[in-house]
Amino acid sequence: MIEVKNVYFTYPNGVEALKGVSLTIKDGEFVAIMGQNGAGKTTLVKHFNGLLKPTKGIVLVDGVDTRKVSVATLARKVGFVFQNPDHQLFSETVEDEISFALKNFRFEAETINKRVDWALNLLGLTRYKKTSPFMLSGGERKRVALASVLAWNPKILILDEPTIGQDYQQKEKLRHFILQLNAQKKTVIIVTHDVEFVAECNPRVILMSNGEIIADGEARKILTDPKIVTEASIVPPQITQIFIKLKNYGFPRDILDIYEAREAILNSLRKGFK
Amino acid sequence: MAIIETENLTYTYPGATNPSIRNVSIKIEKGEFVLITGPSGCGKTTLCRCFNGLIPHFYQGKLEGEVFVAGLKVDEHSIHELAKHVGLVFQNPENQLFALSVEKDVAFGLENLGVPRDEIRRRVDWAMKLTGIYHLKDRAPNELSGGQQQRVAIASVLAMKPEIIVLDEPTSFLDPLGAENIFKVIYELNRKFGITIILVEHRLDLTAKYADHIIIMDNGEILLDGETRSVLNSEKARLVGVGIPKATRLYQILKKDRVNLRSTIPLSSDEMAAMLEEVLKSK
Repeated sequence: MIEVKNVYFTYPNGVEALKGVSLTIKDGEFVAIMGQNGAGKTTLVKHFNGLLKPTKGIVLVDGVDTRKVSVATLARKVGFVFQNPDHQLFSETVEDEISFALKNFRFEAETINKRVDWALNLLGLTRYKKTSPFMLSGGERKRVALASVLAWNPKILILDEPTIGQDYQQKEKLRHFILQLNAQKKTVIIVTHDVEFVAECNPRVILMSNGEIIADGEARKILTDPKIVTEASIVPPQITQIFIKLKNYGFPRDILDIYEAREAILNSLRKGFK
Repeated sequence: MAIIETENLTYTYPGATNPSIRNVSIKIEKGEFVLITGPSGCGKTTLCRCFNGLIPHFYQGKLEGEVFVAGLKVDEHSIHELAKHVGLVFQNPENQLFALSVEKDVAFGLENLGVPRDEIRRRVDWAMKLTGIYHLKDRAPNELSGGQQQRVAIASVLAMKPEIIVLDEPTSFLDPLGAENIFKVIYELNRKFGITIILVEHRLDLTAKYADHIIIMDNGEILLDGETRSVLNSEKARLVGVGIPKATRLYQILKKDRVNLRSTIPLSSDEMAAMLEEVLKSK
């Protein structure tokens, strides 16, 4: 469980990135943190693995104050996949990259091999096992970064902008894969701008603006609320936008996907709605 | 002659066994807004590197077939020469920025071309205003957020006023409104100034509405190439899994349900909403 209690954070250059944030993320939750660039999303999640410590307030991970433990200790429990994979990758081969943390956590050689193969397979990277990460495309490097964190099986997984540079099919896989991890009771926290992706997953959404939380609730509720969405400078999903434009025709307000859209339209035509 | 033309283009990176692009023959006309899409690793970025000479001059490897850009045969002209015609914006702005201030970064290319000082001033201000970074002009690019950095990278290319701008997933790091602003800027450059735009993007929901022409690649080859609406409405486009816009998909589904929608294929929520409104009103 992650507990954030009235946290303020000011960067050394004086920028106040968090202004009194409080929230609780329970074990096994799937949370999407959304908001504009500069809203404080990444700053907030960097508090979850102790990369940043609050200037004021407190962050507890499973009851432990993050100021009192090292990032390395927290990392075993909280895996963090960065937005830009190049900030994370450094090894000569994809295999070395994925096994690096496992070696540091002192897993046995056999376990390491198994876990590396498992992670490679899961993310469709097996053919790149001996390849340098820097030979891969942006989307592929992103998956290597994800594989290297998944390999040590952290209880809480933080993904900063996981869908960037991923094609449609990879996104579909990522979605299934997150839902599967979540079904196995892992806590998954994504930081994302990708409203279409969030609309398809329907997680709990925490919406930030200007260092504060301005909404917290089910994706369906938040992404379809024109007022909240405007306040956070978010563009609603395409299907929702259609129904925002058709607001005078009496459709339900919270339509997120194509199949709901189809049903709503067919119903309305059947009724001969005027 | 088309502004970009390739003929049976095949390219293999140094040390690679298989070519990254195979038998690519395309034509891009001057002033078009072209979207290039396809699964990761399908060769989109490699193809774009052929347009400004990074291939074969920088990456070397084995190039077969021909590429003409703005009438120049790419392998016979230097990257420097081609840069006057083609600007390239990368996926990751950090690879592109290096100066101590935003303004200097945007001015760098022009200084290298020997453009007069007043003209540099004018173009740099213009490019910074268009991309919404004028207020950041004295800041160091490495202090900026990913989204702001990408705008700086785009501004540096804009300032060169090239005939062609190639953008490889330029808004990956921007928030949705920031991304939309950039797409609008690109669209304006295309419509107002006739600059040929080649945009590599996965997110067709956000971008299809701007494009006259779409090229879908798969596994190093051209799978579909043509007018955006008809290509995206094709069964082949759906099956390859490029994520056609939700509005287009909804249209296809409702058509199957025999809803009496107009025959123009919608690419955006605006277009789809307008079509639905017609049907709802006529009820």
